[in-house]
Amino acid sequence: MSYSEELSKALSAAGAAEGALVEVSSNGRTHRGVLMPHHEFSSPDAVVLKLGSGYNIGVRMAEGSSIRVESPPPERRPARAEAHRSEGLPRIAIIGTGGTIASYVDYRTGAVHPAMTAEELVSAVPELRGAADLRARALFSVFSENMGVRHWQILAEAVAEELNAGADAAIIPHGTDTMGYTAAALSFMLEGLGKPVVLVGAQRSSDRPSSDAPSNLSAALRLCLEGGRAGVFVVMHDGLSDDSFAAHAGTRVRKMHTSRRDAFRSVNAKPVARIGADGISFSCPGSPAHGGRVSARCAMEERTVLLQYYPGMDPAVFGPVFEGSRGIVIAGSGLGHVGEAMVPLIKKARENGSVVAIASQCLGGSTNLNVYSTGRDMLSAGAIPVGDMLPETAYVKLMWALANSGSAEEAERIMAAPLASESGDRRETDV
Amino acid sequence: MSDEMKCGIEIHQQLDTRKLFCSCGSELCDSGTEVCVRRLRPAAGETGETDRAALEQSKRGLAYRYQRCASSCLVETDDEPPHPVNADALETALTFAAMLGSDVADEIQFMRKIVVDGSNTSGFQRTSLIATGGSVDVNGRSIGVLSVCLEEDAARKIEARGDEVVYRLDRLGIPLIEVATAPDMRTPEEVMEVALRIGTLLRATKRVKRGIGTIREDLNISIPGGARIEIKGVQELRMLPDFVRGEIERQKMLLRVKGILAERGAREIPFEPVDATAAFEGCASKVVKGALDAGGRVVAVRLPGFHGVMNGDGGRLRLGAEMAQYARTAGVKGIFHSDELPNYGIEQALVDSLRGFLGIGPGEAFAICAAPEKRARDALAMAVGRANMALAGVPEETRDPQPDGTTRYSRPLPGAARMYPETDVPPEPVSEERMARVRSSLPELPEQTEARLARDYGVNGQQASQMVRRGRDALFARISDATGMAQAAATALSNTYSEMERDGLDPDSIGDEDVLEAFAMLKGGRFSKEAMPLILREMAAGSAPGAALSKLGLESVGEGDAAAEIARIVAERADFVRSKGTDAIGPLMGPVMGALRGRIDGKRASELLSEEIGKILSGA
Repeated sequence: MSYSEELSKALSAAGAAEGALVEVSSNGRTHRGVLMPHHEFSSPDAVVLKLGSGYNIGVRMAEGSSIRVESPPPERRPARAEAHRSEGLPRIAIIGTGGTIASYVDYRTGAVHPAMTAEELVSAVPELRGAADLRARALFSVFSENMGVRHWQILAEAVAEELNAGADAAIIPHGTDTMGYTAAALSFMLEGLGKPVVLVGAQRSSDRPSSDAPSNLSAALRLCLEGGRAGVFVVMHDGLSDDSFAAHAGTRVRKMHTSRRDAFRSVNAKPVARIGADGISFSCPGSPAHGGRVSARCAMEERTVLLQYYPGMDPAVFGPVFEGSRGIVIAGSGLGHVGEAMVPLIKKARENGSVVAIASQCLGGSTNLNVYSTGRDMLSAGAIPVGDMLPETAYVKLMWALANSGSAEEAERIMAAPLASESGDRRETDV
Repeated sequence: MSDEMKCGIEIHQQLDTRKLFCSCGSELCDSGTEVCVRRLRPAAGETGETDRAALEQSKRGLAYRYQRCASSCLVETDDEPPHPVNADALETALTFAAMLGSDVADEIQFMRKIVVDGSNTSGFQRTSLIATGGSVDVNGRSIGVLSVCLEEDAARKIEARGDEVVYRLDRLGIPLIEVATAPDMRTPEEVMEVALRIGTLLRATKRVKRGIGTIREDLNISIPGGARIEIKGVQELRMLPDFVRGEIERQKMLLRVKGILAERGAREIPFEPVDATAAFEGCASKVVKGALDAGGRVVAVRLPGFHGVMNGDGGRLRLGAEMAQYARTAGVKGIFHSDELPNYGIEQALVDSLRGFLGIGPGEAFAICAAPEKRARDALAMAVGRANMALAGVPEETRDPQPDGTTRYSRPLPGAARMYPETDVPPEPVSEERMARVRSSLPELPEQTEARLARDYGVNGQQASQMVRRGRDALFARISDATGMAQAAATALSNTYSEMERDGLDPDSIGDEDVLEAFAMLKGGRFSKEAMPLILREMAAGSAPGAALSKLGLESVGEGDAAAEIARIVAERADFVRSKGTDAIGPLMGPVMGALRGRIDGKRASELLSEEIGKILSGA
């Protein structure tokens, strides 16, 4: 909510800008303080002042109220960002994208900036220095809910460029909401990847003393320096404590909680590694880092949709969606089912040369369309089950498969065979 | 004393609502299980730079272990954003502000106050300014109110061990009203009077917690030429004047030290630590021997010009104690300084040879510290720093109250608090209509409650005032209304409770329902009213009313049993009764009540005794 028209006028008439020291008289009372940014939830006729004590209060401006500027806002000193280059140490590219991990607050005005550069982020975590030659660059500054296919493509190209130019690893600070999608996209796009590419986020913003950003970044750096593995990983807290971290395969990971530090979990697989005080322990052999050239195959078929089946899903509503898409991923119920009314849509889409891939909204476990008759009808209609692949990963992979193949049949073959550990034949009993 | 001191107080009172930013209850628990281990780091400031001192602290690598209770939730571990502010707590704060005549903000903004000692899982305390101005009247003087804030309490420190501190989450997030007065108080006694009055006004809202630890006072004290000292977290009201007096004396002493140092022309001491371990070979001091056996060193510093002020004038000059308190913040047990030696197993010969080793003359001052080398050096650097501050007089400090009425250095006063908006909690508008509603339904003032108790229940003024001051008036009214035993209830909740407190029991730990039950049992004749104090004591120790009664064996005796017991006592003393006649009643009441105290009403016992004596005298 912004200021009311009158208050806006009064403020500009008084020349009162954010950060100015002002004296406000309203309703028989006088307050002196720094004019703060207007909170979205503040009432439109109130100004917010930071008093000498450091407290903010809202003052309602009514008829007869006055505002007087005592001194204009002080000039803002630009943040100093030093480079932390040290030749001879492993070179790590830090590629900033924005998100909570890069958010910080301006203590003077209280506004939250989502635009901390990668360089500033590195400056703010002194522990990172000394162990590596850190080369930070900011690619975007967006919250991850605003990321799209184009961002993945630019990012994949930037990663390939850095790695081919001599970086030993890339660390990508990223917003957590869609970090799993980006991780999956990079997993498919970076062909011949022989180095670690680690996405890292934070559930508590960097301006807080309790932020998980510094410890997650440190753990990501340790995976790059000590892990010796190639691949795309997501590194976040393994539990609520600041002493244990998990590295997840980029295609297997999902944000499973809205706010906990350990929101990210591997689904249908163990985390690739646990990073603790006493070292890194891997749960599987993985592919060793080799340092060869990587190429970015970034083409994506954007006419692809991700749907979740629900009881009562109306074919009349979704018919046009199926018709307009070249790729359709459905997170089906249970083993991967849709209601029988939806089956004809699958058949028609397949006849139109589109690919219909089926994952399960259970997330845990694999699809199996042979067990019940609905499943067999879906198979007959041309649906392609994707096993224990996450629905989001299936969506990203199908975009990539359609754009990097010559035909629907070839795309279907790509969907069926794992490229980047995104699906597996075995579900172990202890996962 | 009026031009000698200035004192203001801050009172923190826990509210009896759910937590301020989550729906957890606000009861403390006796045990906890570890839920997570965290580290806090100072966040980068507006310039993108991190505060050096705070970074230094975080480099010490303290780990904070948090224990959860049955009531803990993700908001408390900082794993979920705060919920909207608790409506009951806010309403109570608005009510209290209105009672003081304070000026309530049109829109309340929650702030984050950075605190990186682990006591807040988030690394900040959420706090808001509710109102400014207002006053409280005490003994005809009007004491100004600076501010009324609503904030969250911190986690409870359970223990500190090595590089770890253990906190329990039960206290974290309990709403606190913080009221700060102007530095208007002029005597130590007035400080207590004002604290009492504010406490009584808080309790009049009927929404505050009672009992030990639910109200805490901070004192801000200065004397002319001294400095502002904050004594933080006094829990015992009656000790306030002691702390005030002690602080005035301490500041006067430091001003004397300053004068002496100036007279001598003492100058700032450079910090030049010397490894003096060699001089301590075979030293008998347990402290030194223990440190050396553990691989530590003895480090020494020269303190030119500081002899006789560290401990001098018959113990009245005590700069050494202040230096030792600073030194302890570096993690050592203490230091030895030349004003207190020879002592502690360090003999004169050693002191002399140490002076020789340091190249200083007899009578010149020094200090030593025996500990792991780095720690010993850090400790002496703090001690020398503190000695140098004495040249300027009294340094501004936050100090911790000790149970013996003294205080200890805790940390420098925080600078302008780094506060920034809590962006996760929307601001709370306070409309004029809402405040008009609050003002029109303010709670009864304490003096009005006292008058009502006297009028409606016939309680005497002193008992009424005591119950109101201690927030026990509502319970009193409930008991009286339920049982009609107003006099017994007033005696229990004022006189008995005071006696229990004098003996170190906490009567407020007894639940209201249990007290009501005890009175219902009394009314039902389960025990006599003489037994009530003993039963309440047993209940304060943790027993339920019924259990207390049977544990103490105070069940009422039947008329027949009592008469038989009295007959036995009289028969044993038949000769005495015959010689004294009816005058024997008085002396025999002693043994009778000794046998039946609490199990029979005293008046009835006297009647039965009289009957039995009559029987003997009539020769029956």
